[in-house]
Amino acid sequence: MTPSHKIIELDHVVIRFSGDSGDGMQLTGTLFSNLSAILGNEISTFPDYPSEIRAPQGTIGGVSGFQVHLGSQKVHTPGDKADVLVVMNPAALKVNAHEVKPGGVIIYDENTFTDSGLQKAEFQTNNPFTELNLQDVQLLGIPLTEMTKLSLEGTSIDNKLGVRSKNMFALGLICWLFNRPIDKAQAFLTKKFSKKPEILNANIKALVDGYHYGDNIQAAVSTYRIVKSNIEKGRYTSINGNKAVAYGLIAAAEKAHLPLFLGSYPITPASDIMHELAARKDLGVKVIQSEDEIAGISTAIGASFAGNLAVTSTSGPGLALKGEAIGLAVMAELPLVIVNVQRGGPSTGLPTKTEQADLLQALYGRNGESPLVVMAASTPDNCFDYAYWAAKIAVEHVTPVILLTDGFIANGTALWKLPSLNDFPDITPPRAPMIASDWKPYLRDQEKLNRYWMIPGMEGFMHRIGGLEKSDVTGEISTDPKNHQKMVAIRRSKIEKIADYIPPLSIYGDQTADILMVGWGSTFGHLSTAVDELNDSGKRVALAHFNFIMPLPKNTQEVLSAFKKIIVFELNDGQFASYLRTKVTGIEMSQYNKIQGQPFEVEEIVHFISSMI
Amino acid sequence: MTNSLYSPQDFKSDQYVRWCPGCGNFAILNAIYKALAAVNVSPAQTAVISGIGCSSRLSYYMNTYGFHTIHGRATAIATGVKVANPSLSVWQFTGDGDCLAIGGNHFIHALRRNIDINIVLHNNEIYGLTKGQFSPTSPKGLVTKSSPYGTFERPFQPADLIFGAGGTFFARTVDVDIPTSVDVMVSAAKHHGTSVVEVLQNCVIFNDGAYKMVSTKELRSENAIFLHHGEPMLFGKNKEKGLVLDGFSLKAVTLGENGISEKDILVHDATTKDYFLHQRLASMSGPDLPIALGVIRDVEETTYEEAMVEQIQAVQAKSTVKTFSDLMNSIESWEI
Repeated sequence: MTPSHKIIELDHVVIRFSGDSGDGMQLTGTLFSNLSAILGNEISTFPDYPSEIRAPQGTIGGVSGFQVHLGSQKVHTPGDKADVLVVMNPAALKVNAHEVKPGGVIIYDENTFTDSGLQKAEFQTNNPFTELNLQDVQLLGIPLTEMTKLSLEGTSIDNKLGVRSKNMFALGLICWLFNRPIDKAQAFLTKKFSKKPEILNANIKALVDGYHYGDNIQAAVSTYRIVKSNIEKGRYTSINGNKAVAYGLIAAAEKAHLPLFLGSYPITPASDIMHELAARKDLGVKVIQSEDEIAGISTAIGASFAGNLAVTSTSGPGLALKGEAIGLAVMAELPLVIVNVQRGGPSTGLPTKTEQADLLQALYGRNGESPLVVMAASTPDNCFDYAYWAAKIAVEHVTPVILLTDGFIANGTALWKLPSLNDFPDITPPRAPMIASDWKPYLRDQEKLNRYWMIPGMEGFMHRIGGLEKSDVTGEISTDPKNHQKMVAIRRSKIEKIADYIPPLSIYGDQTADILMVGWGSTFGHLSTAVDELNDSGKRVALAHFNFIMPLPKNTQEVLSAFKKIIVFELNDGQFASYLRTKVTGIEMSQYNKIQGQPFEVEEIVHFISSMI
Repeated sequence: MTNSLYSPQDFKSDQYVRWCPGCGNFAILNAIYKALAAVNVSPAQTAVISGIGCSSRLSYYMNTYGFHTIHGRATAIATGVKVANPSLSVWQFTGDGDCLAIGGNHFIHALRRNIDINIVLHNNEIYGLTKGQFSPTSPKGLVTKSSPYGTFERPFQPADLIFGAGGTFFARTVDVDIPTSVDVMVSAAKHHGTSVVEVLQNCVIFNDGAYKMVSTKELRSENAIFLHHGEPMLFGKNKEKGLVLDGFSLKAVTLGENGISEKDILVHDATTKDYFLHQRLASMSGPDLPIALGVIRDVEETTYEEAMVEQIQAVQAKSTVKTFSDLMNSIESWEI
């Protein structure tokens, strides 16, 4: 036994909290990552939870996890495997045992490793660690349940409720292990449970005692410190993609001087966008929780017709239901932002898991020739920027825009520097520059090809629009064959012209690489980290990552044709690859597809590329 | 009406009206022009939203802001228009298929919310634009292209749906009776909340004569009752008949017979919240009881958009967050 414990300095570390869906793992993980961010670490988090709100206790189906990656440098992913895994019961151990790095630590609540606990987790023997064939991991059993009970003995809280604070006991212990002062966690808890003083007191007591428990066993274990990040000075918060989308829309509405309207129906994993906007009555945001997905978009289309910055938010099955109404917005040519937070499909699929398989639905999932803008955010924090972009394009080009995010970046968090609206471009709704008598509903801006957005209340500009094909310029109903072809071409050109207003495609990593990885949307973190690692080890690899999909950046063909070998990485069966093949010529592409409801792991990509070189 | 700034002509667009000759929609359109002139809201402040079907073509014939949308969704789109800009006068024209079949969900939820839109329901008990299939209001036994042996479905009474969903305004008129149509549409516009005007409309091609009982002035005086709030429920050529309550049912009686005098006759109260009697009135059909026309229900309740604006103002009064920048300053953040 050494008299004083050792502090190990780390560049980055991955911690995973896992337990029953009622064990409060999401809260524990969020608190830990937030206080790490306050201490100046970069963070990237990934909650992974079941779709059942409360699956039977102790079963594999009910395991809920939260992984956080802390770093002194920018961390782009929540990490592949964990350095430290905290499990609250045998089921959580079973689900996550092989998600631990060699040499990593598993901290477990030994009080839950009873015969019945092991049975519920479907272990065959009473030695789960042997059964799981765990090698090269350090096991640290802590009587979490007992210690929490002891901690709360003599307080007014009853035993059953008190035991639920064991996540805070575990958090206290982890704070000690990583040398995080717990006062920030106390402050967060005080805010969250201000209306439930009993629970607040129990949580704080458990947190403090957990920390001290660590102090008392310190002789046995080394602790860690993450070097403080060397990042741009400023005010920061941690943000998930759904919140960032909501903020981006609020920012865009203010910049465009338009009221913000959301029509939306609850759906996992998109509902938090609605929650955030519904809470922003102080900023005058109007939210209708509609009777169904179709009404969500239909109310938004009505609000757009009436002159609001109109938005609907959904996930895959909801996007399918909205298809016909999206077609109406294409035909009527109205500004509309459709946020689709992708999840595993088809049908109900894997509601709480991530996937990129709605791309072709977004591009083509409507009747008739129905072009619109499709774009994708790639990190939790840049959901803000792309929501802003989506609103700007929708308003200024008078078109529906589908913004794709997914469960991974929607629920995952990253450190985010608070933006100033001054740094963002203006958004100008295109009103008719001529007097009413010279104006027609489908008269267009010659450069962008948008029609002008004239709204009820404007004297003299009364007009009729609708889903029927209409005559060029006048907007009167028309079934003229040549006019139809002309209008189809105009609607397509209007979208293609937007390529003039978006940034060009750039190359990340080795500019003269032998292999170009191609990705889009939420895979940026894993793909770029893989490129970094490969470049560091001397492998000549680069990444072309797409945020704008329809239209593509103008230099796409030029950029891609400079590389001999191109591999498209996607969390689907090859949708972007097949789309890209129709948009560029003479370029061979191979594919790497993962469809497991989970993000990529950096290691699998590094391994895959390395095997090719 | 005489004080209006607008004439019916101000609401006519320059579009050629394309309904079948003899279609009931022509009369409804004329009534709408007159009603909107009487309502006295500028065409620029008026939005006309329609779905799909013969009736829904109507938005093209109005010199207002108009939106001919998609099948069944007009109610939801009109809801969005009204919430986005509550100062607009919002009208929706819809049919029995558009409103009660494909659009049923939006319809009941608009009524539940009491959003201040005026819905004119052209009920011809048939699908006309798709060339003659039975609709949710077609009577049992109706032979149509999709029910060659007669439909065995039970029809909706639109009024039952409206009352059940918490509707605050319901009126009924007949297409050819333009004065009554104008009257009830003006009342609908004045009503605070979702108004539904059911227009019994003749489809001359696929369901001619569905409302023969009330198709002329003479027949209406025999077979219909015109309800007016606060007035006794009298009908017949010389107002010699009236309605009384018999247990839970209405009964037609003749004044002077069996000792019945006018004081025994029910007086119409459109404003009572309890819809029991409104439902009994709306469900009357011949031959023993007259078909009820006029404003059957007109109840005051807070509207959806008012409640929303009120809540926004209440939150704003207390909040220091006025701008995006305030919002950023209000969230948990830290200096690095």
